Amino acid sequence: MKAPTLFEELANVLSAESLKIAEEDLRPYECDGLSMYRALPKCVVLPEDEKQIAEVMRICHAHRVSVIARGAGTGLSGGAMPDPNSVVLSTAKMMKIIDIDPLACSARVQPGVRNLAISEAVAHLGLYYAPDPSSQIACTIGGNVAENSGGVHCLKYGLTIHNVRKLRVVLMNGDIVTLGSDGLDSPGYDLLAVMIGSEGLLGIVTEVTVKLTPKPKLAQVAMASFASVETAGAAVGEIIAAGIIPGGLEMMDQIATEAVEGFVHAGYDLSAAAILLCESDGTPEEVADEMARVSDVLRKAGATDIKVSENEEQRARYWSGRKNAFPATGRISPDYYCMDGTIPRRELPRVLNEIARLSEKYSLRCANVFHAGDGNLHPLIMFDANVPGELQRAEDFGAEILELCVEVGGTITGEHGVGVEKINQMCVQFSPKELTRMHEIKHAFDEHALLNPGKAVPTLHRCAEFGRMKVSQGKPMPFANLERF
Amino acid sequence: MIETWQQQIKEAAARGGKLTPRGGGTKAFLAPSHAGDAASHVGDMLDTRSHAGIVEYDPKELVIVVKCGTRVADVEKTMVDAGQMLAFEPPHFGEAATIGGLVATGNSGPRRAYAGSVRDFILGAKVIDGKGDHLAFGGKVMKNVAGFDVSRLLTGSFGTFGVITEVAFKCLPLPKAQATRVFEMESANAIEAMNRWYSEADPITATTFVDGKLYVRFAGAEPAVKTAVAKRGGTVLPNDVEWWRDWREQRHSFFATNAEIHRVSCKSTAAALDDAETAIEWGGALRWVHANADNAAKVRYWANRAGGHASIWRGSTSVHANAAQALSESLKQVQTKIKTSFDPYNVFPNLSPVPSGEAAK
Ligand SMILES: Cc1cc2nc3c(=O)[nH]c(=O)nc-3n(C[C@H](O)[C@H](O)[C@H](O)COP(=O)(O)OP(=O)(O)OC[C@H]3O[C@@H](n4cnc5c(N)ncnc54)[C@H](O)[C@@H]3O)c2cc1C
Repeated sequence: MKAPTLFEELANVLSAESLKIAEEDLRPYECDGLSMYRALPKCVVLPEDEKQIAEVMRICHAHRVSVIARGAGTGLSGGAMPDPNSVVLSTAKMMKIIDIDPLACSARVQPGVRNLAISEAVAHLGLYYAPDPSSQIACTIGGNVAENSGGVHCLKYGLTIHNVRKLRVVLMNGDIVTLGSDGLDSPGYDLLAVMIGSEGLLGIVTEVTVKLTPKPKLAQVAMASFASVETAGAAVGEIIAAGIIPGGLEMMDQIATEAVEGFVHAGYDLSAAAILLCESDGTPEEVADEMARVSDVLRKAGATDIKVSENEEQRARYWSGRKNAFPATGRISPDYYCMDGTIPRRELPRVLNEIARLSEKYSLRCANVFHAGDGNLHPLIMFDANVPGELQRAEDFGAEILELCVEVGGTITGEHGVGVEKINQMCVQFSPKELTRMHEIKHAFDEHALLNPGKAVPTLHRCAEFGRMKVSQGKPMPFANLERF
Repeated sequence: MIETWQQQIKEAAARGGKLTPRGGGTKAFLAPSHAGDAASHVGDMLDTRSHAGIVEYDPKELVIVVKCGTRVADVEKTMVDAGQMLAFEPPHFGEAATIGGLVATGNSGPRRAYAGSVRDFILGAKVIDGKGDHLAFGGKVMKNVAGFDVSRLLTGSFGTFGVITEVAFKCLPLPKAQATRVFEMESANAIEAMNRWYSEADPITATTFVDGKLYVRFAGAEPAVKTAVAKRGGTVLPNDVEWWRDWREQRHSFFATNAEIHRVSCKSTAAALDDAETAIEWGGALRWVHANADNAAKVRYWANRAGGHASIWRGSTSVHANAAQALSESLKQVQTKIKTSFDPYNVFPNLSPVPSGEAAK
């Protein structure tokens, strides 16, 4: 008798509408938010619960077929991009909030729950889920865990890793494991730390216990104008030096403010070379106290104008520009390419000047929005994919920015992940031995390297082809010309 | 120093030798219950104290990079002078405590439940593994998602992956104001209060319930602390800085006992375990229990039911079996494989409850 095929076995455990094979049904899954990379998978499965996920994994494992997890597909590094030989596993049918424990400030949710849906479900309890990626209306908590996503409030409230207590995960062989606990630590090695940010390479997250944060009673945002990006950057350092950790601290350059102002009318000062948004949250007394100090520091640091939000509506308006920076850029340019390097903040002037130089070199405009408090830079390179050569120029421009970030002591990705997009730059940031250790860790979870293959951690072979090897053990490898921590 | 250690490790690997990294030795009392084979793991001590010093500290960047042998006290002194702190409030358990030992044992202090743990504040780390390779993971910037987060994995690894040589931490400013209030109450009410007050956004940075009294430390901006204290009442705890330091260092009389002390990590709202002498901290998520032959099994059972686990903090080594229960077979396998990737020749000790891998020799 013939052994059952992959599709036959999958059809045995999934309902008909949970298994998509026809090409027109696969189209919606061909890319994530990084739309220049596209491919169609073998098929798409939409399991309804953890048990089905475990069965799908066991079947794929037995057939040695790779699996790519997919949340909402808002990822910006091609992490959820399919591969012609793979099964895409979508969590779109796992959108239940399982339980909420207001006293313990925690909630247990399925992986397909949207980030914002968690905060909405607990708002009446005076709680929220703190990490707030700008994509929070759409992106899923499973995707957030896989990318260790941040948001504009993460300097004070942390990234995903600081706000997740426990995960249930199905491994490639179908085994189900629990990482973390209902307490604050668990025995053995801290695998929760490795799973978060692992870009779907180690397991499928099937349940997430998040920490909820009490909602501050009041929040106010100050908007300050500066005559140069240098003074704005220095002002950020001064705020930190004054012992203040603002709820949010964001910067935008003039190209960015011009783009958003035409889109959302946030009330930004278009004559300023850069603006800073600095949010203070807490009790009304605390906010009043902190806002007074922030305004003082900003003024001394050379702000040419400071406006403080007087009500929620105004606060939302000031933030709307920042939160819509990506779509606004999409409006003034046919295409844009969002970078995500993180740098020590003191290097900001040098990096921005260099980006300006590269912008001329490649003849492409570039707007800069910046999670200034934590040094995470999002240069938005504008191009037109229909003009021959522009996409390539944009990619080369982006690659140079990333390598610059490594050179000044930073990293190629602060929150969007490596995916397929930055895989070559991993060779610049890590030595062959470090990359090998990451492959070994993957092997401990996924022996046959079937989960999300070709993403996040490059093979040494690939690095050799790319022609950049990081300095190893003090002995320079060919073409290794960049320093790192 | 690094080259010397690399050489030493390579030699040990080649001849089947064993090494144990050691800083100030202040947490050696923890080793029997965490290093699974400490007793049989005889070998040379690899003293980290000669590799000391602050590599980089720019308060405006909120980052400090420190060599492993640096005393925790020296790091904290430097940070306090700049108005900053290691926000997880690490216990030292002795003046000799080093940064390497702090990260390797992964212990956080009273502020843990409110600010985060050691691993939450790690931005990057370097380690010499059991092959003698010096590897760097993470970095020294606030946000970094390039590759697996191996630097955080080193936290609590008890030297079983190798010698942690350098660590970068995120720093936070010292709070402007602080005040501690004491409330006499039953344990059940204390657990409720710890959880409820936090969920109501009080600026709390530490809670401890011991001897029928709940100690709550409020800290943050001056007006916020004033408001909270006025709202909650309680009696003033004079010299509260010293009280919290003594508590953190386990110099409180609760810890002066001949009984075994079990450390129970559990859900913060778990009901009190009333038939054993208990102290509660971390908003309810950490319980210290005086255990004896009669109640030890019960404590473990209770801990598992409360969503956590128990381990012996101070006492005999009978904890292994218990902690091992908390790891499933597949997790044990994953953990063992990771250990083997760092230390294929078993140069370094093994972590309980992770079984040792086959020596790759
Ligand atoms: C306009 C816009 C703004 C954005 N702003 C931010 C921002 O402010 N901060 C930020 O950090 N990111 C931001 N992003 C990026 C993106 O939204 C995040 O990376 C998000 O976490 C992705 O979630 P997702 O559900 O869309 O995941 P997907 O894109 O579907 O997948 C992302 C990765 O996660 C894996 N994955 C998904 N679900 C699971 C699971 N259950 N188990 C295991 N692996 C899984 C996938 O394989 C893939 O590798 C933005 C994106 C856009 C389009």
